[in-house]
Amino acid sequence: MKIDVEGLEFSYNGVPTLKNMNLNVNKGEFLSIIGPNGSGKTTFLKCINRILNPEKGSIMINEFDLDKLHRNDIAKQVGYIPQAERGAFPTTVFDTVLMGRKPHINWVPTSRDLDIVVEVMEMLDLSHISMKNINELSGGQRQKVIIGRALAQQPEILLLDEPTSSLDLKHQLEVLDITRDQADNDVTVIMSVHDLNLAARYSDKIIMMKDGEIFHAGGPEILTPENIEPVYDVSVDVHRTGEQIWILPKKLNKATELKADNNGYRNNRLRAQRVPGTC
Amino acid sequence: MGQSSILDLYKKDIGKKLVFGVSILIFLIILMSFAVLVGPVNIPLPEILSVLTGQTKSGMAYHIIWNIRMPQILTAVIAGAGLAISGAVMQSVLRNPLGSPFTLGISHAAAFGAAFAIVILGTGTTHSSGDVVNINNPYITTISAFMFSMISTGVILALAKYKQASPETMILTGVAIGSVFTAGISAIQYFAEDTAIAAIIFWQFGDVGKTSWTEIGLITAVVVPLSLWFAYNSWNFNALNSGDDTAKSLGVDVDKLRIKGMVISSTVSALIVSFVGIIGFVGLVVPHIVRKLIGGNEMLLLPFSFFTGSLLLLISDTVARNIISPEVLPVGILTSFLGAPLFIYLVIKGREYW
Repeated sequence: MKIDVEGLEFSYNGVPTLKNMNLNVNKGEFLSIIGPNGSGKTTFLKCINRILNPEKGSIMINEFDLDKLHRNDIAKQVGYIPQAERGAFPTTVFDTVLMGRKPHINWVPTSRDLDIVVEVMEMLDLSHISMKNINELSGGQRQKVIIGRALAQQPEILLLDEPTSSLDLKHQLEVLDITRDQADNDVTVIMSVHDLNLAARYSDKIIMMKDGEIFHAGGPEILTPENIEPVYDVSVDVHRTGEQIWILPKKLNKATELKADNNGYRNNRLRAQRVPGTC
Repeated sequence: MGQSSILDLYKKDIGKKLVFGVSILIFLIILMSFAVLVGPVNIPLPEILSVLTGQTKSGMAYHIIWNIRMPQILTAVIAGAGLAISGAVMQSVLRNPLGSPFTLGISHAAAFGAAFAIVILGTGTTHSSGDVVNINNPYITTISAFMFSMISTGVILALAKYKQASPETMILTGVAIGSVFTAGISAIQYFAEDTAIAAIIFWQFGDVGKTSWTEIGLITAVVVPLSLWFAYNSWNFNALNSGDDTAKSLGVDVDKLRIKGMVISSTVSALIVSFVGIIGFVGLVVPHIVRKLIGGNEMLLLPFSFFTGSLLLLISDTVARNIISPEVLPVGILTSFLGAPLFIYLVIKGREYW
């Protein structure tokens, strides 16, 4: 599905978090959002899912105004994988994946719902732990279960908020391979991510955000030292081997260290006002 | 593992849990029949049967069975069910294992409301004489108890709605409100006359033996349809377990569900407490027991909590009626005695989720 974002603005308690965001993502495209902590990545993802209601601007999904859609209808089309999730009470892997059928379930799950759950679990290789409590799983397995839940929604848009940040190497690649597969099957993917190398490797498009604004947008080729340094305040080396782009951080910018001292008070105050858990 | 085998495993699992639910139900029915048979007054079985089949329509046995034992059993069943399911819903909408009518201050607010009616509105003193304590206008007492519990709920909900209070804040507020009302009860008692104090204390003992048939009808008419609403929303509650953001992403209107769930579960428990007094721990412990036995799926948790609540309160009441025969112990005292250690046991044993 095609996503068109126009003039999107959002603020937490009067502090602007997103400023005039404009963006188009095509069907089956894999878009990565990169940028420092607090740049508005999570807020942006939550707006696309209407977990947060933007103050200004419009988000169109296949020409439909998101604002006019019922929450349950959005849930039938948009799957969301949050940054961190912890259930209040224990649930099994099967029940968690089945939860993805929630937008389609009225009273009890149908056999079609169960079949979809089984299919997703087979695909993600979760069958052998289907009756386990998800709190007993490793971080990597739990993340796969959460992805399974989103896939059980059979979404046409997949939103992932730093899906790899707490995973080991193997699970990072596994999770992103699954996600890439979805994009190759015409699911539109938007993912926020900190690892620039992974972003370079998996994405069709990348946007760089800073202070609630899009700094640069384009293909992985926008990952140049000239673009990265002002956004992250870190100087980097960029290497290319064949198709793949490698970003190696060198050191903090001198200028940043000085600026940080001067602006320390203001920045801390701004940060304190932000709602926790957003980035 | 083959495609069918996960599904088989899942279906077998659900089947096992359903067997548990049906056993609870069967056990409940057996216990209800047993509870008709026993009591401080010994009635021979043939006499009981002739009363139940309608052959005997008068006399002491008839009176005891139809006007004392039956209403008491049915009150225990419906009150236990209502308290347990509303506790389960509170835990679920607040995403907190401490949710219950007790911890949210509803019980204490009701007790204060009753004390207020007895002393200030004078519903409990006029006909008291000797050691017989009479509440001469039970309806005003009950209505006042209900009103005050709804006030306590209202404060918590207003905080949630207008100050965006988190579920944790809501529980802490409930605890605080509970202690304010406890202080209020002490204050009223300090200034009240002896007979009024006796009436207040008598009211506070949770006792399923003081309800009439009409009152049972009223409680049932409220508890059953609202419990069906809970069951209908079980998938919404399931989604809420994964967190507010996830629930929203799955199509749940979280804020509305939380407010509605709180209003309805508070109404159910306030109504029950207003009629039967404080019965602690049923609302808190039963959902935990059920969760421990069959897991957290609300689709099963809610109905099974409903019946397990009935069962637990009926067992407690049958024991309380007979343990120091011919004295009859109010069941609220027993549930608190049993519930607190049981709760501590669950906290220590069932730590996997808090």
